[in-house]
Amino acid sequence: MTTTLYTSDHEWLAIDGDVATVGITDYAQSQLGDVVFVELPKVGRSLKKAEAAAVVESVKAASDVYAPVTGEVLETNDALAAEPALVNSDAQAAAWFFKIRIADKSELGGLMDEAAYKAHTA
Amino acid sequence: MPVRDDDKSLRRTPLYDLHVTLGGKMVPFAGYDMPVQYPAGVLKEHLHTRSQAGLFDVSHMGQIALRPKSGKVEDAARALERLVPQDIVAIAPGRQRYAQFTNANGGLLDDLMVANFGDHLFLVVNAACKEEDEAHLRANLSETCIIDSLADRALIALQGPKAEASLAKLCAEAPAMTFMDAGPHVVAGLACFVSRSGYTGEDGFEISVPAADAERLARTLLDNPDVMPIGLGARDSLRLEAGLCLYGHDIDTETTPVEAALEWSVQKSRRTGGARAGGFPGAEKILAHFDHGASRRRVGLRTEGRAPVREGALLFADSAGGEPIGKVTSGGFGPSLNAPVAMGYVPTGLSALDTKLFAEVRGQRLPVTVAAMPFVKNTYKR
Repeated sequence: MTTTLYTSDHEWLAIDGDVATVGITDYAQSQLGDVVFVELPKVGRSLKKAEAAAVVESVKAASDVYAPVTGEVLETNDALAAEPALVNSDAQAAAWFFKIRIADKSELGGLMDEAAYKAHTA
Repeated sequence: MPVRDDDKSLRRTPLYDLHVTLGGKMVPFAGYDMPVQYPAGVLKEHLHTRSQAGLFDVSHMGQIALRPKSGKVEDAARALERLVPQDIVAIAPGRQRYAQFTNANGGLLDDLMVANFGDHLFLVVNAACKEEDEAHLRANLSETCIIDSLADRALIALQGPKAEASLAKLCAEAPAMTFMDAGPHVVAGLACFVSRSGYTGEDGFEISVPAADAERLARTLLDNPDVMPIGLGARDSLRLEAGLCLYGHDIDTETTPVEAALEWSVQKSRRTGGARAGGFPGAEKILAHFDHGASRRRVGLRTEGRAPVREGALLFADSAGGEPIGKVTSGGFGPSLNAPVAMGYVPTGLSALDTKLFAEVRGQRLPVTVAAMPFVKNTYKR
């Protein structure tokens, strides 16, 4: 059973036990426009909450993607290197960025559920 | 994420309502509320312009008539030559030329288009510089010319391989024009100024139209299914692929025409030994750069990987250590090349084609290669 939470910086986290799969929201991709390049963190890297973890580049600009929680990067989505446009077509599923082992579950307390995130972007 | 700027002080062009109707994403640019893209998005808009035709609102740019008090256009041309290093006298009636206003240090105050309309000169200048340019013209040319700001006109660019056929439906004379022809023409029954030029590397036109008629003309052009509205995002990626300078980024008050690789725009008559050599602000430095070379030069840059190298990225000669040797002034993703493209300044000794350099992006040095511009072959109708 996974729960999906959101950050105010427009990342989503699908939480399964102590592992979170992280990506950017559909709202975020619509604001960025056509994505042409994604830079992902190295597997094994330790990220601190709110640290710049990945970069998503559209034709227009580069934007940082922040680590929503502290933890170690377990896996990254290689499909994004070959097909960055996946971020535009399927931001909240196929275009996940990385999986992170959640070091401190109390950090999840500050995140939004879907209803709160919808209100945030309204 | 970008945040919508609701600054009430932003100015609107005569096409503002049309942009909003078309779903344009409005952003502040040079003091105007302008569409950065429409629902199609930058990528599709860019590619559509290269394959069909794109319509751009460039009404924020300044349009100025330089009217000689003597009634002789040559007097306006001679007067303007005191402010630019171009041969203005040689612009034939019905023709247009690219020029720059220079400062006392040989730097560039703005770049502009100058057309000879027979009895006066017609200038198009950058939006962000237009007040300063006008003041500069008034301060220096008022004795010989009336400087007439044409603030009641909009400017629409129509660019791409289908531009000619699209405009021909509304202006039978358009197909006979060649690159840099410019003059008054009736378009869809409206008194317009039309030039065969643009800022995309594509064949195309810029149409100056009375503000009150601008929306009607734009809608008529957009009725053609080949013509799509294009925002500032694609305008930037198109001009970058075409190797064209953006004022305030690739050229500014610190760059001379020689450093900027714009030698082609300074005719022999204004260079050392020419009939009207010098006589423009900063001539000493600019002519010295022509005669002895400049220490740095604007070049095109291609990357190996897919990571775009953007404005401000520092350039290095080696993969580690050493001081920066230059800087990227424009960079991004080139949709027609499906690859990143950039331009920047490097020491002249490192400006040869195929020179290997490194650009620092997020702390990493990415290999880049000095490459020929334009990156995409232009299709001007000569």
